[in-house]
Amino acid sequence: MNRIDVTMSLVVGGLFAIGFHLMLQRSLMRIVLGFVLLGHGTNLLLLVAGGTPGRSPVLDGEHGDATGTADPLPQAMALTSIVITFGLTAFLVALAYRSWRLSGHDEVRDDVEDRRIGTVRERDDTEPAPEPDRSTRVTTPGGDR
Amino acid sequence: MTTALLSLPVLLPALGAGLSLLGMRRTLTRALSTGVLAGVVACGAALLVLADRDGPQALHAGGWPAPLGITLVADRLSALLLTVSALVALAVLVFAIGQGTAEERHRSPAVFHPAYLVLVMGVGLAFLAGDLFNLFVAFEVMLAASYVLITLNADENRIRAGMTYTIVSLTSSLLFVSLIALVYAATGTVTLAQLGPRLAELPDGLRSAFALLLLAVIGIKAAIVPFHFWLPDSYPTAPAPITAVLAALLTKVGVYVLLRTQTLLFPRSGVWTLLACVAIITMIVGILGAIAQDDINRLLSFTLVSHIGFMLFGLALFDTAGLTGTILYVVHHIVVQAALFLVAGLVVGRTGTAALHRMAERPSPGPLVVVLFALPALSLSGIPPFSGFVAKLALLRAGAAEGSPAAWALAAAALLTSLLTLYAMTRVATSAFTGRQTDGPADRRADHRPGRRAGHEEAQEPSSAPPDTRHGRPRGSRSMLAAAAGMTATGVVIALCAGPLARVGERAAGDLLRPDAYRSAVLGKEDR
Repeated sequence: MNRIDVTMSLVVGGLFAIGFHLMLQRSLMRIVLGFVLLGHGTNLLLLVAGGTPGRSPVLDGEHGDATGTADPLPQAMALTSIVITFGLTAFLVALAYRSWRLSGHDEVRDDVEDRRIGTVRERDDTEPAPEPDRSTRVTTPGGDR
Repeated sequence: MTTALLSLPVLLPALGAGLSLLGMRRTLTRALSTGVLAGVVACGAALLVLADRDGPQALHAGGWPAPLGITLVADRLSALLLTVSALVALAVLVFAIGQGTAEERHRSPAVFHPAYLVLVMGVGLAFLAGDLFNLFVAFEVMLAASYVLITLNADENRIRAGMTYTIVSLTSSLLFVSLIALVYAATGTVTLAQLGPRLAELPDGLRSAFALLLLAVIGIKAAIVPFHFWLPDSYPTAPAPITAVLAALLTKVGVYVLLRTQTLLFPRSGVWTLLACVAIITMIVGILGAIAQDDINRLLSFTLVSHIGFMLFGLALFDTAGLTGTILYVVHHIVVQAALFLVAGLVVGRTGTAALHRMAERPSPGPLVVVLFALPALSLSGIPPFSGFVAKLALLRAGAAEGSPAAWALAAAALLTSLLTLYAMTRVATSAFTGRQTDGPADRRADHRPGRRAGHEEAQEPSSAPPDTRHGRPRGSRSMLAAAAGMTATGVVIALCAGPLARVGERAAGDLLRPDAYRSAVLGKEDR
């Protein structure tokens, strides 16, 4: 049976925790960093799934016994996954940069249409008092930073 | 022969995408993309015939046997969906060429065709993939292309929507990789054909955890209700043909994967109550969201979410009749949803606005567009002579035959949703085509708007006509009409061929519930 590498498990858990924490932030750059950390976490998880650590990576041609060597399949999967996360990270960074170029800050913004439908209901409830300040206030804290 | 047929739906678009990057002349690129997609349609149809006659076909890439190498498998279900998807992709391509999305010449002249072909390649690979990791790669190929398409010619609104879409999809992809790692650690394989028996040996708790994690991953990709929030925010901002192809294909690939994995990996007997609840919530929440919307594309996106629930309906029943209904519904919905988004693109192009309350003041877009909208809209609501009716009838009969409380609840929710869909479609029709104001929320909203816009400028005219409408009318209008008409006609043809289609669907559902043929095709007889 496979032994579990405790250090690696802790590292994976830590990367997941920090990654998800960063992803819940409002700044696009932090979200991208969160994605990078999560990607590392999942890639390491694939390696951990390969089984007992410290086995030799390559089969010796003379001793054709595969029991002592590492499982190559998770490594291949991890490689593929690294390439994919790398490419998509590049795309995300480009997107964040474009967003910064267009809007001057790298905030995740509210969806205008969503907010409009929300305010329609509020208005129906409290009819005569229009509250335009409400929705502007929602966006300002980030803008002031 | 089988080797060629199984590999071409993936290889053709990949090669086509590479060639179209070379910067050839525009007509040549158009011909290339169209030809490639027509080729994929032909391969899909041939595979369907072959799989229907001889059972599942498998291809081991590079001669590596199943647990190690890349395996492509086509059975009735995957071949059927591959054919329909490629057909819809072809029609949407014709529409896009007509509209001019295909060659926005200013900034990114050569991006559309390669990205579109890569998208089709990803979809084809997802339908044919024989192991979990290959499925993940297919999803990534497909999604990466869709990220590019959804942020084409990015203005501020599209970047915002694209960011939401990209990050949500990436999160689900990372969860998918985690799932693959955990499953591999537990069972030592990712080949779908091997996983079923091996997962059955695991403790119940672990098995349920895997099933739930998979449901969550696919739930995000297929926009099942607790995870649907990203879809109506992101799809409508893209140009009409891109919205149409994403809406028609991506969520259905998710549903296909759910069908494939749940039947192959976690077979169960009797109604799956959790999925039944999820299906009911998806139907109701989605359609209520659609009723609240004022933007035609957002409204259609919410109906898309709602009708994913119908596809879960059949899977939740987990018997042959239910799965047949689901398969019919997926086929019908791919075609009809694409047709609706294409017609919405026509309407927006001709009236110059996507907001329903404003459309009412514009001139009507013409009788032909009315007919093109009415047919798929009635079909979506399940009015008798159309394809939606056939699919819904199959589902309702399956629910009634099952007879448990959950099945009856599902049937009731499905009927209610159909009725509300009809209401939502009527709202679109009355504001877009009659030139009169509708009664109801749109009116009141129109009254509020002026004061609000004066209040603060950042609520800039929301969802004003997407940029592609500026040059909608003069050129290419004919091929846009032709593509939309083709989609609508395909919907009618599906209704006319309901008998044979239902029989193929039933055989495909039988395959899903008795996967022995699938397993022996992938693993070889002796290995089972």
